[in-house]
Amino acid sequence: MNVELRERSELEDAHGAIGVRILTHAAEPGDRTDGEAVFELDNVSCYYGGFRAVRDISLSIRKNAISAIIGPSGTGKSTLLRSFNRMNDLVPSARLEGSILYHGVDLYDRKVDPVEVRRRIGMVFQKPNPFPKSIYDNVAFGPKVAGMKGNMDDIVEESLRRAALWDEVKDKLRQSGLSLSGGQQQRLCIARAIAVEPDVILMDEPCSALDPVATLRIEQLMIELKQNYTIVIVTHNMQQAARVSDETVFLTMDDDRAGYLVEHGPTPQIFTNPTNRLTEDYVSGRFG
Amino acid sequence: MAGDPIMPATGRTRLASAGARRATESALHNASSRDHLTSVIFLALLLLGLSVALFSLAALLTWSLIEGAPRLGLELLTNGPSTVRPEEAGFRTAILGSLLVVGGVVAIIVPVGVGAAIYLEEYADKERWWNRLIELNIQNLAGVPSIVFGILGLAFIVRGPLSLGFVAAAGSLTLALLVLPTVIIAAREALRAVPASIREGSLALGATRWQTIRRQTLPAALPGVLTGVILAVARATGEAAPLLLVGAVTFVTFDPSFLEGAYSTLPVQIFNYSNRPQEEFRVLAMAGVIVMLGLVLLMNSFAVWLRNRFERSW
Repeated sequence: MNVELRERSELEDAHGAIGVRILTHAAEPGDRTDGEAVFELDNVSCYYGGFRAVRDISLSIRKNAISAIIGPSGTGKSTLLRSFNRMNDLVPSARLEGSILYHGVDLYDRKVDPVEVRRRIGMVFQKPNPFPKSIYDNVAFGPKVAGMKGNMDDIVEESLRRAALWDEVKDKLRQSGLSLSGGQQQRLCIARAIAVEPDVILMDEPCSALDPVATLRIEQLMIELKQNYTIVIVTHNMQQAARVSDETVFLTMDDDRAGYLVEHGPTPQIFTNPTNRLTEDYVSGRFG
Repeated sequence: MAGDPIMPATGRTRLASAGARRATESALHNASSRDHLTSVIFLALLLLGLSVALFSLAALLTWSLIEGAPRLGLELLTNGPSTVRPEEAGFRTAILGSLLVVGGVVAIIVPVGVGAAIYLEEYADKERWWNRLIELNIQNLAGVPSIVFGILGLAFIVRGPLSLGFVAAAGSLTLALLVLPTVIIAAREALRAVPASIREGSLALGATRWQTIRRQTLPAALPGVLTGVILAVARATGEAAPLLLVGAVTFVTFDPSFLEGAYSTLPVQIFNYSNRPQEEFRVLAMAGVIVMLGLVLLMNSFAVWLRNRFERSW
């Protein structure tokens, strides 16, 4: 408790302009070594044809925690995130060097099926993209294509409850998913991702298209979800990263326009006592 | 008048601000009269073009109805053709022939056309030269005159490798080749119009590419695909030239079948009747035109209803 208060007053002194508000207990610096690593990246570089978007990233993502990837625009944060569930495979010229281990298994091994990868590592996109079907069919789609057994009605209800959307839609499950508000649509996309019972949920700027009230609800949802899932989010909003995440990864780029890892650590430490000068400049708003 | 926002206190500033206001007023009000005239003329031309099109269509329909009305009746649909007794002639065999041929066309163009569009849009690597060649060929085929397809059908379907003979199936195949590019192009546009975010969302949930196409992309593209099929069917129903070459004879007294025997279709029958010297046959031909328009309208209405059922908004 004392640690929290001290950190907060230091924040207010040193970075008064940011106005960080900590929603729940902050991770202690020591927490990082506890908890198993879900992803381990070793010298990962992502290329689009001849252009290197991300270079030599080595880090590990902790289980049941929220890890935020922050940095200025164009530093390859989304590219890095999409490499976690092999969504970059959809771009013909994309390739990866280095290795990403998921629970010890190389994700880009020839024997690994990207479809299976995506069932375990789900993704929520920046702009909510519900299917042009009913709310029920939206949530049921994932389990159906995965061939999941079990009562579909129960699966749909459970997923919508976990996404904190059930009470709002339980009477209109047959209505189109597009009839919901922006924040509700995004929660529907989260429910849809949860329905296939993934291990990890990747979120690419999930709140950037939403109003502050919807944003707050989704942030609260993320904190509830991390008990059961590992969450990695990319965000442009530094304050959001400080509010919500347990660990923060800071990327920036040089003149070669390839994003590289500057610092990775527990969120309170990154924001109050960063070890790298660049990190300090970014979180205090001097560039970016 | 201190504090009055419109009229300042001193005389000189009052004059100055009134002048400024007048200048602004005249600038804002003075839409160039030449611009205004140009807009009006342009609008008038557009309306004129629209009226010409609508008027021509209305004139055609009205004239057909007036000319053909004397012969409209149920026996028109149930009687077979006759060369000597126009008052007893009907379009029965022609209608059946049309239904058979067009039915065959639909059975071919829907799987082949939609399949080709799915391949080109979802699977083909657009950088490869052979895929671009296929695309170019399809665009070109859409412009080939219909009689060329008649010759093609005669050489390869009726005779040649397929050797089906002068049967309705050969007519179906020939017309299917004719309208296939229309369906492929329309289906491709429909598939392209489905936002990439839908495909991404589906794949991110762990669906395979085929599952995504079958369960998300294709259902979402259905309205556009059906439009292409409607256009193709309407064209195929009205084609006479290629069928004449492929064996749609003009005098068939028995009900046609798909794979054997002679057949006829509505446009061909109308053509035949309108060539005869007797006045009654001309009236019969106009009645046939009405029947054909009715048939096309019926098929189109069904397809439009089907399309509306699947209409979605983004």
